[in-house]
Amino acid sequence: MTMPLIFEKSKPGRKAYSLPELDVPKKGPDLLPDWARRKQPASLPEVSEVDLVRHYTELSRRNFGVDQGFYPLGSCTMKYNPKVNEDIAALSGFNSIHPYQPEELVQGALELMYEFGRDLCEISGMYEASLQPAAGAHGELTGLMLIRAYHESRGEGKQRTKVIVPDSAHGTNPASAAFCGYQVVEVKSNERGGVDLNSLREVVSRDVAALMLTNPNTLGLFDENVVEIAKIVHDAGGLLYYDGANMNAIVGIVRPGDMGFDVLHYNVHKTFSTPHGGGGPGCGAIAVKEILAPFLPVPVVEKQGDLYTLDYDRPQSIGSVKGFYGNFNVMVKGFAYIRSLGAEGLRKVAETAVLNANYIMRRLKEYYHLPYDRHCKHEFVIDASHQLKYGVHTNDIAKALLDLGFHAPTVYFPLIVREAMMIEPTETESKETLDAFIEAMIKIAELSKTSAEKLQTAPHNTVVGRLDDVTAARRPVLSWTPPEE
Amino acid sequence: MDYVPHTSEDRSEMLKTIGVSSIDELFSDVPSEVKLDRKLNLPPAMSEFELMKYMSELAGKNATTDCMVSFLGAGVYDHYVPSVVKHIISRSEFYTSYTPYQAEISQGMLQSIFEYQTLMCELTAMDISNASLYDGATGIAEAAMMSSRVTRRQEVIISRAVHPDYRRTLKTYAHNLELNVIEVPFEDGATDIEAIRDLISDKTACVILQSPNFFGCIENMALAAEVAHEKKALFVACVEPISLGILTPPGEYGADIAVGEGQGLGIPMGFGGPHLGFLTCRKEHMRQMPGRVAGETHDDEGRRGYLLTLQAREQHIRRDRATSNICSNQALCALAATVYLSWLGKQGVKEVAELCLEKAHYACERLSSLPGFERKYSAPFFNEFVMKTPVKPEEICEGLVKANILGGLPLGRFYSDLSDSMLMAVTEKRTKEEIDTLCRALEGLV
Amino acid sequence: MYPKDLKYSEQHEWVRVDGNKATIGITYFAQDQLGAIVGVGLPDEGATVEKGSELADLDSMKTADQIFAPISGKIVKVNTALENQPELLNDEPYGEGWVVVIEMSNVKEVDELMSVDEYEAHVAKEAGE
Repeated sequence: MTMPLIFEKSKPGRKAYSLPELDVPKKGPDLLPDWARRKQPASLPEVSEVDLVRHYTELSRRNFGVDQGFYPLGSCTMKYNPKVNEDIAALSGFNSIHPYQPEELVQGALELMYEFGRDLCEISGMYEASLQPAAGAHGELTGLMLIRAYHESRGEGKQRTKVIVPDSAHGTNPASAAFCGYQVVEVKSNERGGVDLNSLREVVSRDVAALMLTNPNTLGLFDENVVEIAKIVHDAGGLLYYDGANMNAIVGIVRPGDMGFDVLHYNVHKTFSTPHGGGGPGCGAIAVKEILAPFLPVPVVEKQGDLYTLDYDRPQSIGSVKGFYGNFNVMVKGFAYIRSLGAEGLRKVAETAVLNANYIMRRLKEYYHLPYDRHCKHEFVIDASHQLKYGVHTNDIAKALLDLGFHAPTVYFPLIVREAMMIEPTETESKETLDAFIEAMIKIAELSKTSAEKLQTAPHNTVVGRLDDVTAARRPVLSWTPPEE
Repeated sequence: MDYVPHTSEDRSEMLKTIGVSSIDELFSDVPSEVKLDRKLNLPPAMSEFELMKYMSELAGKNATTDCMVSFLGAGVYDHYVPSVVKHIISRSEFYTSYTPYQAEISQGMLQSIFEYQTLMCELTAMDISNASLYDGATGIAEAAMMSSRVTRRQEVIISRAVHPDYRRTLKTYAHNLELNVIEVPFEDGATDIEAIRDLISDKTACVILQSPNFFGCIENMALAAEVAHEKKALFVACVEPISLGILTPPGEYGADIAVGEGQGLGIPMGFGGPHLGFLTCRKEHMRQMPGRVAGETHDDEGRRGYLLTLQAREQHIRRDRATSNICSNQALCALAATVYLSWLGKQGVKEVAELCLEKAHYACERLSSLPGFERKYSAPFFNEFVMKTPVKPEEICEGLVKANILGGLPLGRFYSDLSDSMLMAVTEKRTKEEIDTLCRALEGLV
Repeated sequence: MYPKDLKYSEQHEWVRVDGNKATIGITYFAQDQLGAIVGVGLPDEGATVEKGSELADLDSMKTADQIFAPISGKIVKVNTALENQPELLNDEPYGEGWVVVIEMSNVKEVDELMSVDEYEAHVAKEAGE
């Protein structure tokens, strides 16, 4: 049955809202000149409150979240989102505060931001943090802006025009570099899945502003040469950017600052358990070494005696990358998470995430091709090359998983593995859950030999089947229009 | 406290399957010289109760608008958020999901984004909406970059009456892309449109005005659009969505891109974020629009469904040539806006805007009657206005705090020549009694 | 798959020469590599292009690509039908799927393009890689 849109449930004259009566003398039309007044009202839906609640409750039932089941979406760290953090973030003291309230009246909020920033520095081995970026990609862009400002301050802004990105990198890395005005140079991976040192040496020169690296990388593999990589780039006067998307693998075990990185972004919504909200809001806080601190976006939260303040007076600052101070409500949840786990708890996160990933990888190796066969970190990549000979592709396997009650892994990424499936179980999943997923994957591998067609047309048990994405892109329908009368 | 489910038995079974004797072995590829040889220096872990207590104490150190009467605005408004909004966005099927890549099990989020896009098109009277951006400030920067792509020009004209935070963000982005940002002065609180005529050229990608602007004044957007179009530049309108319940929408005065901050649509002030950036545009610029977008289509059996579309513009395909580096949107905030706008409906959105308009004008009139107070500018306004004060506005605000009132925003820190003025906002939540109390408190202060 | 009367570029554009005018499109190989093409960004009529400069943008379901000008000159005609029917590039690459007509500023550039035999060898080599 087709699910109606809220507009299709509208009936003129129906309403859900209630508003206070006007209690000041009504001036009416005098208040606005005619040219400023809207003539045609916006056709918003007219529904009752119960219609409204049922509509969105029904929509929620057509959606899959971590609370519904296993969500092994690689690179996205879909761990359990603790309920207590939601309750904390809903406190009036964190919600009903205006960003322009005098500092004395928001000391709790500023203290939280200050402490959160300090925690993020300790966890990453950095000097100072900015919580302003709203998401990982936004943090990347901000970090690169700092790098640019650093080179400009040394009179090398014009000379350093390139940013090096491995071929296994997240798509946001080259996009962020380009948005920061840099030319992107790709460097190849070696047979162990790490950065090829010779290729790196070839591209590194005095025109390189930075290298962006994820470690462990998008194959889930830790680059053992990271110290050497850092040296090569630093020796040429370049800086190192750490993409923190995969921090869940190393938190409490090794720190980007100690590996030689100069700046990193966190995905607070990955590593520190804040929910993804169907695609946002997130928090892409960054932390930097001392050399980059003067360039951080304003304002920076500072502590002077017992008073927390917002410092706008940073003459070398790049400016601002967002309104106000960042996604505060997300910071509240991330901070609550760090403080509830503490140092041991955080280390256990990384250890268990890595244990879980290796466990699934070992058990699936017999059934799926494993292009890089070594201990992985928090995620790993397999491909569908064994299944291809039966005409079964990665996308078919992904869709078949939906029928079996699981979210699919990240598919067709990283680009360097054909028919890739990137699996990240996270630390919050039990052995029973992992076993059930493994059984499902084995079942699909068996089915690909016997009933390929069933997989090629999957999913069969969802509210819609595979959608026509080509027509959607060629003839985009991006909003609802009422049927012609 | 942690959320790891394994028993020690689970752990040893798993290690055995992997074929290692300890978890440390799985980290043997991390060079020992960089491995952390100590525990992280963090405060001890807390139980759930201890955590709640600690965090509540922090929350308690903030003075909230639930306890104080607020006249602060400047881009973030104290509107009422109805209960339905909180309940719907608290459905964990929504908030614990990721970006809807697997459309078949994400129809709920995808359909709600499609509904959001439709609502924003309706409200702004534009053709196309994206699925949301980070906030109003980044929205302005994205609109400027989009204009530059469309026109292949490198110059942006923006009014000084646009929110200072938005302008700072725009300049930060622009610096890296060699976009030249030119600011236009304002006169009596509204942009000097004749000055745009003098500054605009064949190099201008877009002209950006905000209406109501930072000072609450309603700009002559139609004229500004005309000036922009004469030079084939785009006109970008930064607007406040609640005001569109009664104000002329961007689509009717010739805007090419409408952009703004959607916090007013059912999203808490939350110390400045997360909020909701929205961007709508004309159909011809669709493929240059930044951010995610949901589209309607069908499955094999003809069932209607929704998916993320036009993805070739995005970073995961286009990488260094994407229209934006944005990967996420503010889906949950967009959902809040969708529920809020559906709660208000056709009539409610007009009514809430009228309440803001009437109450703000009552407040302005009452305040102007106080000795030494006068409205700084004469242009028509919606729910925000600048008051000139007889003593320094910072002192006034300090005094008002004692009366449990959050006064306006002193403007000296944003505009040095406005150190005698403050910006006041009035929403539907303010009562006549609260406004009268404000006036009495002010009388006592000067 | 590759008409004999056309000239070809290394970047998989075809050129149909008629006097000093050249019609330009993408080859069967190019559209096959791109997969379903879903959007195009076309240049303005009247613009001048240098050989090798960017001529148009192509969006497909799996990638985004550019068409480069195989010859220099002034763009005198643009196939705006592609904006609403990008599938013409897939379905009729040598017919209704043409992209632009260029009034050549240097007819000699045509000689630098490949013949069909040379192009077929070029494609075979790329496909083998």
